[in-house]
Amino acid sequence: MTQNLIIIGAGMATGRALEHLLDADADYNVTLFNAEPRGNYNRIMLSPVLAGDKTYEEIVTHDADWYAANGVTCRFGERIAAIDRAAKTVTAENGDVLPYDKLMFGTGSNPFMIPLPGHDLEGVIAYRDLEDTQRMMDLGPDHQCVVIGGGLLGLEAAAGMAARGVDVTVVHIMGHLMERQLDEAAGYLLRKALVDKGITVKCSANSKEILGQDGHVRALLLDDGTELPCDLLVMAVGIRPNVALAQEAGLAVGKGIHVDDQMVTSDADILAVGECVEHDGAIFGLVAPLYDQAKVAAATLMKEPAQFVQKELSTKLKVTGCDLFSAGDFAEGDDREDIVFRDPARGVYRRLVIENNVIVGAVMYGDTADSNWFFGLIRDKTDIADMRDTLIFGPAYQGGSAADPLLAVAALPRDAEICGCNGICKGQIEDAIAAGATDLAAIKATTKASASCGTCTGLVEQVLAVTLGDDFVIPAAASICGCTDMTHEDVRRMIKSQELKSMPAVWQACGWKTSCGCHVCRPALNFYLLADWPLEYTDDPQSRFINERKHANIQKDGTFSVVPRMWGGITTPNELRAIADAADKFAVPTVKVTGGQRIDLLGVKGEDLPAIWKDLNDAGMVSGHAYSKGLRTVKTCVGTDHCRFGTQDSTGLGIKLEKTLWGSWTPHKLKLAVSGCPRNCAEATCKDIGVICVDSGYQISIGGAAGMDVRETDLIAQVPTEAEVIDIIKAITQSYRENAKYLDRIYKWMGKVGLDWIREQTVDDLDNRAALVARFEVSQSIYRADPWAQHATQKAESYQPVANLSMEAAE
Amino acid sequence: MSDWIDITALDAIPQRGARLVKTAHGCVAVFRTGADEVYALDNACPHKNGPLAEGIVHGAAVTCPLHNWVISLETGEVQGNDEGQVATYPAKVEDGRVLLDASFLTRRAVA
Ligand code: SRM
Ligand SMILES: Cc1cc2nc3c(=O)[nH]c(=O)nc-3n(C[C@H](O)[C@H](O)[C@H](O)COP(=O)(O)OP(=O)(O)OC[C@H]3O[C@@H](n4cnc5c(N)ncnc54)[C@H](O)[C@@H]3O)c2cc1C
Ligand code: SF4
Ligand code: FES
Repeated sequence: MTQNLIIIGAGMATGRALEHLLDADADYNVTLFNAEPRGNYNRIMLSPVLAGDKTYEEIVTHDADWYAANGVTCRFGERIAAIDRAAKTVTAENGDVLPYDKLMFGTGSNPFMIPLPGHDLEGVIAYRDLEDTQRMMDLGPDHQCVVIGGGLLGLEAAAGMAARGVDVTVVHIMGHLMERQLDEAAGYLLRKALVDKGITVKCSANSKEILGQDGHVRALLLDDGTELPCDLLVMAVGIRPNVALAQEAGLAVGKGIHVDDQMVTSDADILAVGECVEHDGAIFGLVAPLYDQAKVAAATLMKEPAQFVQKELSTKLKVTGCDLFSAGDFAEGDDREDIVFRDPARGVYRRLVIENNVIVGAVMYGDTADSNWFFGLIRDKTDIADMRDTLIFGPAYQGGSAADPLLAVAALPRDAEICGCNGICKGQIEDAIAAGATDLAAIKATTKASASCGTCTGLVEQVLAVTLGDDFVIPAAASICGCTDMTHEDVRRMIKSQELKSMPAVWQACGWKTSCGCHVCRPALNFYLLADWPLEYTDDPQSRFINERKHANIQKDGTFSVVPRMWGGITTPNELRAIADAADKFAVPTVKVTGGQRIDLLGVKGEDLPAIWKDLNDAGMVSGHAYSKGLRTVKTCVGTDHCRFGTQDSTGLGIKLEKTLWGSWTPHKLKLAVSGCPRNCAEATCKDIGVICVDSGYQISIGGAAGMDVRETDLIAQVPTEAEVIDIIKAITQSYRENAKYLDRIYKWMGKVGLDWIREQTVDDLDNRAALVARFEVSQSIYRADPWAQHATQKAESYQPVANLSMEAAE
Repeated sequence: MSDWIDITALDAIPQRGARLVKTAHGCVAVFRTGADEVYALDNACPHKNGPLAEGIVHGAAVTCPLHNWVISLETGEVQGNDEGQVATYPAKVEDGRVLLDASFLTRRAVA
């Protein structure tokens, strides 16, 4: 015979239990009471509703149709007033008495209100339900609000109201925000982010009294005498399980309603789930365990075996722009160790607390993409001894089978952020895929994910692969070479984030499979290391291709070519004479004018290099770096000095640029040109960076090519002064050095990150431009020097054979 | 019978690098690996005579600077899909000095 099930409270826990019961066609007549005048909704989404990101309708989990279709009798807006366990009946507020066979408590909790003087004034509210949310939403811009409590709830309330233009002050009694979930460092970052949103944050602040006027709140008075005026005061300082009714009914109650592993209370016919229960000494305030309880309770009602087990919990804050994650226990202890990673520039903080090779706690701020993976390690108590060195960098840096990136991506929740630049979450990408975007280009176009800096491209592709299965083949993320499975991007991230400053450090940290790399990876690593650590890292000639090691181009017969710099293509009779003399003296077979506006001496013997350089140095010339992945030439035209059309001193600017940039190493060669007018005689619009002078100033354009690919540059900026041209070009060069993959010319790099991104970094964001220029100059303090002079004076011997046995008798 | 000739100090050759020894029959490249082993090979790639001493040394191999053939320093054999063989000569390090077996000069004369 069908039994009567009465449920007290239509909350998140009972809502889930109902779903389980109805899915299994359980044989119950269900009557659902709720004190709130509505049915089940997703309470945790009240914060996005408050922030204006969602509407109430979107967060309703079960609507009237659902209850009707499933035969649930709803008594919303009605409280249960009493229970008669002996008679097995409940009494509703209006006096109705209903019999039950089984009763389920899901009364949730009550927000705790600090009994400060004035706490009962009008305008003092908690943050628990839709009514509270509506009060906050009604406040409107230009009002003031004080939130007491710097925990999860208080901060979501504060951020939501701030997003609506309300002037919000958070008052927190502890020294840092969310002290139960975060350590001080993460709390600091969070505070900074909230302050950036315009929220005033007062920590270590004690509330003394709520001041009122005409029965309505007027201000909060702190015990240091500060008065914080407000139109609304939200108390979000904690919750207490709602146990009054259970207590009156004589059930066993401690902090919450006592339940066993089957969610049964001290009365065999009464179950309880959710925040109102106490299980094994613990009470609950997050939904994950409540969902587990709901599942167990449903099973118990259906007489199926099931057992509730407490698990590790993790927390995320639902405030846009504050990505934080916290799980486990992160108190310090003698037998505990910390692994901490900070990237102040990106505002990233990660801390893992380890005890006996198991992670017991994790706090992450700024970059929480890997949080699920860490949470898994905590929950499963995984032994991390083998991956300890790279653990903090997350799953991408773990070798072997543990690191199936697809599994990690599959495990990510829908709200895991994939694209940091555009704030695109996994769920949005999945939705875009469902709507027909089935390749990277389509995802970029519809969601903007990976359309900015591009570092998340791999992740987006993995989401595509996980979602589409066999229909999507990930374009193999090519590793640098056979020595490693890691890509250029990954290795570069490691070099920066783990502060790897030597080649052996990289090999070690990234698990190189060979003892010392190969001719493919070593030049790339050498470049990354010197670009990222110009002061600390010493260039390794043995990791350079012979041209860069000997500062000359090797020829097919093993001889070399020598190209002295001619700044901006300008030379003098004396320089020409010195070149002619050198050509004579060293019997140079070919003298050629290059396509780069200078002269090439081809066919010089390796042994003669230091001597010919010495002669050219003496005549005031330096290496033209015709061999380098670095600045090559700055071609110019004659400009205003001579040309009737010239608008600016193109030759002069070209020389200035060459003198600033020369010697700098870049991912690939870097060629510039400056033309004096749009007739463009210096061919500036097919260079890596080109400048066209116009009457009003200078047009800077980038990403040209005239080699294996031919491509016209794209305009990045137009500026009035030479000084700005030089700064912007230095900034572009530095950004290219810091971000591009080794052997990508600017146009290839631009194809990945986009012209807009480069413009933002180097033109629009003046602070960033200045920082790039400063870093460029730091690096140039080492590299703006003539390698020829150095080799001619200090390394000449190394160009000679080490022994000459040609005289030894060959018996 | 071997007759070791003292060529140079080990330190005269950079780690993962090479120096040349001139002989009447062309140059021999003496390599020093990252692990301080030394090897002597003809300084001519079997492909198009690329000067191997100018290549990038990795493990016990060198990559030719002209077209990236990889040659084993131990055997002189070309690695991978390419084919070819470079002559190798006995070499060793003793008390920080690099020694070549003088008989290699004879062999080169004959070759
Ligand atoms: C000497 C010169 C040709 C000439 O006689 O004029 C030259 C010679 C070489 N070029 Fe070039 N390029 C020369 C101007 C150019 C130009 C024209 C220019 O700079 O205005 C281009 C097209 C513009 C460009 O760079 O996009 C050019 C596009 C290339 C490329 C294709 C690059 C690409 O990204 O597509 C290579 C191959 C490479 O770098 O990988 C290359 C490579 C080479 C190398 C270094 C080949 C090599 O690796 O050994 C040649 C060295 C010859 C030697 O033994 O000295 N050279 N090369 C020119 C030297 C200019 C200078 O003063 O520094
Ligand atoms: C703004 C906000 C944001 C949150 N964010 C998160 C988050 O991001 N992650 C997370 O895990 N958790 C979050 N939580 C906590 C989460 O919402 C709660 O843990 C969860 O809702 C508790 O579910 P419950 O079913 O136990 O109680 P509730 O969902 O509170 O439901 C209890 C219901 O019982 C009713 N009731 C009480 N007494 C009676 C009675 N006598 N008769 C009839 N009905 C009664 C109440 O009116 C209420 O509707 C958030 C909470 C809030 C308020
Ligand atoms: S085009 Fe450049 S790379 Fe090709 S043969 Fe001429 S100089 Fe050499
Ligand atoms: S000559 Fe050595 S690879 Fe071509």
